[in-house]
Amino acid sequence: MTRRVSLIKNLDWWTILLYALLVFLGWINIYAAVYNEEHQSIFDISQRYGKQLMWIGAAAVLAIVILIVESKFYSAFAYPTYIFMLILLVAVLLLGRDIKGAKSWIELGAIRFQPAEFAKFATCLAISRYITQYNFKIHKIKSLFISAVILFTPMALIVLQGDAGSALVYSVFLLVLYREGLSGVVLFLAFIAALLFVFTLLWSKFTVLLIIVCTSLIVAKVYGLKWLSFVKAILLLGLGFALVWLIAKGVKVEISNYLILIISLGLSAIPFWVHTYKNKLKNVAWTILIVFGSIFYTFSVGYIFENILEVHQRTRINELLGIESNPYGSGYNVAQSKIAIGSGGFSGKGFLNGTQTKFKFVPEQSTDFIFCTVGEEWGFVGSSFVLILLLTLILRLLFLAERQRSPFSRVYGYGVACILFFHLAINVGMTIGLAPVIGIPLPFFSYGGSSLWSFTILLFIFLRLDANRLELLR
Amino acid sequence: MNNFSNRIYVIGGIFVLVVLIFMIKLFNLQIVDDSYKLSAENNSQRQVTQYPARGLIYDRNGELLVYNQAVYDVMVIPRQVKVFDTLDFCTLLGIEKLDAIEMLERAKNYSSRRASVFLKQLSSEKYAVLQEKLYKFPGFFVQPRTLRKYPRQSAAHALGYLNEVNNKEIKADPYYSQGDYIGKSGIELTYEKELRGEKGKKIYWVDVYNRIKGSYRDGKFDKQPVSGKDLVSTLDIELQEYGELLMQNKKGGIVALEPSTGEILAKISSPGYDPEMLVGRGMGANYKALVQNDSLNPLFDRALMAQYPPGSIFKMINALIGLHEKVISPFTRFECHGGYYYGNRKMGCHHHVSPVDMRQSIMHSCNAYYANTFRYIVESPKFGSVNNGYDVWRNHVMSFGLGQNLGTDLPHELKGSIPSLDYYLKVYRRKNLKALNVISLSIGQGELLITPMQMANMCAAIANRGHYYTPHIIKSIGKEKSIDKKFIAKHETSIDPSYFPSVVDGMEMVVTGGEGNTGGLAAIPGLRVCGKTGTVQNPHGDDHSVFVAFAPRENPKIAILVYVENGVWGSRYGAPIAGLMIEKYIRGEISDSKKWIEKRMIEADLINQSEKE
Repeated sequence: MTRRVSLIKNLDWWTILLYALLVFLGWINIYAAVYNEEHQSIFDISQRYGKQLMWIGAAAVLAIVILIVESKFYSAFAYPTYIFMLILLVAVLLLGRDIKGAKSWIELGAIRFQPAEFAKFATCLAISRYITQYNFKIHKIKSLFISAVILFTPMALIVLQGDAGSALVYSVFLLVLYREGLSGVVLFLAFIAALLFVFTLLWSKFTVLLIIVCTSLIVAKVYGLKWLSFVKAILLLGLGFALVWLIAKGVKVEISNYLILIISLGLSAIPFWVHTYKNKLKNVAWTILIVFGSIFYTFSVGYIFENILEVHQRTRINELLGIESNPYGSGYNVAQSKIAIGSGGFSGKGFLNGTQTKFKFVPEQSTDFIFCTVGEEWGFVGSSFVLILLLTLILRLLFLAERQRSPFSRVYGYGVACILFFHLAINVGMTIGLAPVIGIPLPFFSYGGSSLWSFTILLFIFLRLDANRLELLR
Repeated sequence: MNNFSNRIYVIGGIFVLVVLIFMIKLFNLQIVDDSYKLSAENNSQRQVTQYPARGLIYDRNGELLVYNQAVYDVMVIPRQVKVFDTLDFCTLLGIEKLDAIEMLERAKNYSSRRASVFLKQLSSEKYAVLQEKLYKFPGFFVQPRTLRKYPRQSAAHALGYLNEVNNKEIKADPYYSQGDYIGKSGIELTYEKELRGEKGKKIYWVDVYNRIKGSYRDGKFDKQPVSGKDLVSTLDIELQEYGELLMQNKKGGIVALEPSTGEILAKISSPGYDPEMLVGRGMGANYKALVQNDSLNPLFDRALMAQYPPGSIFKMINALIGLHEKVISPFTRFECHGGYYYGNRKMGCHHHVSPVDMRQSIMHSCNAYYANTFRYIVESPKFGSVNNGYDVWRNHVMSFGLGQNLGTDLPHELKGSIPSLDYYLKVYRRKNLKALNVISLSIGQGELLITPMQMANMCAAIANRGHYYTPHIIKSIGKEKSIDKKFIAKHETSIDPSYFPSVVDGMEMVVTGGEGNTGGLAAIPGLRVCGKTGTVQNPHGDDHSVFVAFAPRENPKIAILVYVENGVWGSRYGAPIAGLMIEKYIRGEISDSKKWIEKRMIEADLINQSEKE
């Protein structure tokens, strides 16, 4: 009895309050999104809001069950749960049902669920367990390799299902690893990579290359390159470029500036290598490596973009970057979504009064584009409120994670917070045109039992761990 | 490990930063940038259902029987209604102000957000005036609809009528929504799916004054309605109208079939009603009047739903079964002295020559002959017992399509009844049936119940010498001219075709056999008509007059049944009306020598006369 009492006392009721509030607001907006004057009752389970209500009820039961289970269970069973989820992910590939091009649903009689949703908490448990093992060292190749295997296995299986969006979620574990000591450089490089990706698509190869070279030089200078060497480098590069250009003109070969720059870079790199090798200039060597790494990267970006990404993924990215614009074709979703949100104004049109949400302008209104309903009917006030509410929950989770005595609980807490954040960023980002259209749900808001339950499990396992925060779990 | 705990600020910072960027973007979208509001703020869409034109119905000769007429329902969405000039509105619609308030109240009670009908079926003229001023009355709009229109006031039972769907029908088929019309009887009901077509929808931009500003997104989400399919009926509307004329002021029915196809040429149930009565605003009141205030029940389709004993027209069946089972031959003779005597009882017969052979027995409609034949059949030693004999007999009877649903394409068809052996064993509380218990079956009386449609079909089977096609009223559907396969399937009777000619001889003698024949009034000069009278005993009043006939004798074009309730003798009304119908159908007009019969039939009034009695 004392244990039960202490559990109730130790639970973080603020988080639960935020959770309940978000789920409630989500349901209200699903109701508005599918609301039709012809519908009879709010409990009509043939309608989505009726079903969601059912699933909310089930989620509450699920939450209670999770809280009752001993917290040691979650660390002890982290690996078995993870393996079980992997088996499910394989099973869905073999037995799954095709819905909208993705083979990601398992059907058990009348129940249909998406294993990819549940793989999140399992992976989160497994990675937390692994990172907190004694022999784990963040910068040991073996440790990093195994962490990568733990993350990439479910990711790959989910990509195979044709659900690339859900697979991307796992990339957010980079932040978790960062908190556990991964070098900031990795984070920075990831950021640079993303930036370069965008630049490669936006600008010509020559411009991008020029940017790379200039940035590297500046960085090298900042990191202690002497003025003399700096000037020398620029002169060498300029000379090389002029030389190659003149030769090309001389032998009358049509050759692009881009190629000339690359050749001259290659040429001028040789004396640099010799110079750095002689003087053991580590920084300069790094700079040169990064420059060539970046060049290779921009090449592969073009290749990946054209050959590996599917057409719809490519057009979504092009739409986002404004390279392509077709508000009635590929960009229809986002254009309509922005109109819906934009027309909400300061305080919105009021509950059930959204005109854009009626008539099904925005496809997937109740699932991936639920934020449109919020934006249209509750305006800037409402949508900001929802954003702040979600942010508060996520920051609260970070705070809770830091107060854990057990590293396992802390890593898991970070995992939960980061997963929620990734969903928030991508989902809301895409509805307002700041992120590519990736079909992942808004936590607690989007219609759908699988996603609601998955987020509930994710969150409540952490709350259970948090209730025992003074214990040391191994 | 906790030496990295500062990194919470980096991670938290990233989170806050992203959300901040989102909020700035939202601020920009929702507050700074007006372009998104511009179109959305003052506009909303209205979805208007586009009702498809219901399929038309033609008769077999291409005469139009049913078409559509446009009317306009004034709809209201109470929530959108603003204060308006009630007086102006009411004069436009031609209604009283108090009624208008009441109607609005009713609409509000139904739903303030959903559109409901404010005023039904406004004429095109009134609509034209209203349309001009509709913008003054936000919340109101007009929904075009179509009503059925009948150029010939005929064949009401066969065509059927439409009415608004009820809740049960909406639940059964989600295609329908409140206020839609659906076929409730006749062809309109059976062929509802073909006739109704497919609803379309149009989405309009409308401004705050509910004025249509254009189609939404260039009609990208619109759906064109698909018109219903036109139907060609097998009815010959001239014959149909003529039959209705002949049957005026009489109760009963006529069914005329084309034996070679099973097509229904005419189907009359008298008294009938004008199909226009069950259309439009007057429908409710008229329906009530037809159902409640008319003891003759004109909505009741006698051709399909009245179940009568067939009477003497059934004798052909017994003759055929007797011949097939070889218990009689066409030359078998039986004596008849005023009836058939068994024990101390007697089944009477009228006066005629005696003895008679099989052909003469049909001509004179001899009861004794069939009592004998029936006993010979069921008591035949080859069946072992009367029970078995009765079953054999019953199976033969049923093979003519009697005692079961024929499967026509008209709804509410009744089965009639050829009682089973069990039924009789239960009634007589015995294990073994005795032929004399059921002797009245021999002359088509007793517990037999047959609908006029079945009687006509039976006659067609005889006309075809042993087979029939399921009677049907639609010849072809839509442009494909398709028809259900079951209507081209041949149904064989269990009687060998070789036994029919002698029975047909007898039927021809009924009409043109000279002295003592019973159906002489059906005769048509120059046409070999075969027929049979029936006089059905009626405990409630005068006997019913029945006549079946087909003509010409070879390659018959028409098989007909006429059933006139309280017509006393088969020869009195049944035979002459059948004769006129056949002549009308085959020749197109009535020969001068028969005009007097036509006049007498049209003028005969059995309804008012019997009411006087």
